[in-house]
Amino acid sequence: MSKIIEGLLYSESHEWVKVEGDLAVIGVTDFAQAEMGDITYVDLPAAGDAVEAGEEFGALESVKASSELFCPVSGTVEEVNEDLEGAPEKVNEDPYGAWIIKVRMSDPSELDALMGPAAYGEIAK
Amino acid sequence: MDQELKFTCLHDEHIALGAKMSPFAGFDMPIQYDGIIPEHNAVRTAVGMFDVSHMGEIFVDGPQAEEYVNHVFTGDVRTLEPGRILYGMMCYPDGGTVDDLLVYKEFESGYLLVVNAANIQKDYDWLLEQAKGYEVEVFNDSDSWGQIALQGPKAEDVLVKVLGLEDLREVEFYSFCDVEDEDGGRVIVSRTGYTGEDGFEIYASPDNILDLWAAFLDEGVQPCGLGCRDTLRFEAGLPLYGDELSPEISPVMAGLSMFCKFDKPEFIGKDALLAQKTEGVARKIVGIEIEDAAVPRAGYPVELEDGTQVGVVTTGYHSITLDKSICFALVDAAYSALDTPLFIRIRKKVFPGKVVKKRFYKTNYKK
Repeated sequence: MSKIIEGLLYSESHEWVKVEGDLAVIGVTDFAQAEMGDITYVDLPAAGDAVEAGEEFGALESVKASSELFCPVSGTVEEVNEDLEGAPEKVNEDPYGAWIIKVRMSDPSELDALMGPAAYGEIAK
Repeated sequence: MDQELKFTCLHDEHIALGAKMSPFAGFDMPIQYDGIIPEHNAVRTAVGMFDVSHMGEIFVDGPQAEEYVNHVFTGDVRTLEPGRILYGMMCYPDGGTVDDLLVYKEFESGYLLVVNAANIQKDYDWLLEQAKGYEVEVFNDSDSWGQIALQGPKAEDVLVKVLGLEDLREVEFYSFCDVEDEDGGRVIVSRTGYTGEDGFEIYASPDNILDLWAAFLDEGVQPCGLGCRDTLRFEAGLPLYGDELSPEISPVMAGLSMFCKFDKPEFIGKDALLAQKTEGVARKIVGIEIEDAAVPRAGYPVELEDGTQVGVVTTGYHSITLDKSICFALVDAAYSALDTPLFIRIRKKVFPGKVVKKRFYKTNYKK
């Protein structure tokens, strides 16, 4: 049974979002990291990049496969978690602590399209 | 595919061990048990075992077996001693590859051809077609045989202990011997593999294979799935049919012309392959190393600095043993020389790299 945290929003492509004002902190769920297996590389965007809701912003790589990351909201990348470049395994160890990017949202109403923990729990099986 | 998946004789064991299963070549096969990385490392540093019962065993015998095998196979079996094995290919007249395979020269008479699981029916049909006019019998016995690949530096010790046969240490690389079970059933022990390490492939009845699997587990052998089978063979520079060899990729294009014996009077594809070797080929399989930890995957474009696409990745990994991002790619021959700068497009970014030798990892065969 994968872990799902209260107080976060979730996308169908298994990203989580923590809202801090007009910043969206984004990572991948416990379900996603478990499906991937040992993550060996995190492909990050650069700060300042524009991102679109539903568009790819990076990827996680395991030995066997790469898995694209989709941005749940539109805006500008404010910060990327550079710690993951040297320690991609943190995504496996602590998926809700290992945030990947922070996005300054251009349209916070996009958050309405995301799921709460209960609804996400139905698809993360 | 709607076709029902086949199970190997070890299927229940994989489920009991909690393997992650996936369809491969029509079989429900284990991809990993404890993770690709620990399984890969077990083979490099100790010993691992793979269920390779899905592989095909086709027997050829008859008065013209030697002429016939030499007609369909790129290697030369005329000088092959009983108990020895050759690696090579079967090709179409245009040089494209039907399959790559091992040919075992049997002790009494005839040959055993060990072929890729995905190609068993295709190969068998091809072999029957080519057998017309030859006094040979060709028999697909794949369903009667299970197979375990026991691989790694400790494989010899484990095998000797489990089978209680000290003599097995003397079996040379690319040789085999026959062992009889209690009921007179045949067990073939072959010093071959697909990992770049020393090791053995053991062919036996499903019952014997089940017993061996259990005995190897008791000795602490790491069960290994197809996930690390691919990472291991890739590091060792070994091709996978479907990726680096295919009807479109000939042995010469794959850099495997040393397995085509052009001094034979004839074999299917000889003229086309010889022309490719002497006149050159349009595209070749090369190794490429990139300077980043990003992972080149099959299908990603290989480009020049100006963005012109000159090839495509066929297999790629961030190598577990070497900690480098490397791949095989099929590229225009003009860009196949060692150290040629090439770029790989990985999603939205382009990573610089260069052509390197395909044998990424120094193999540890016991020769």
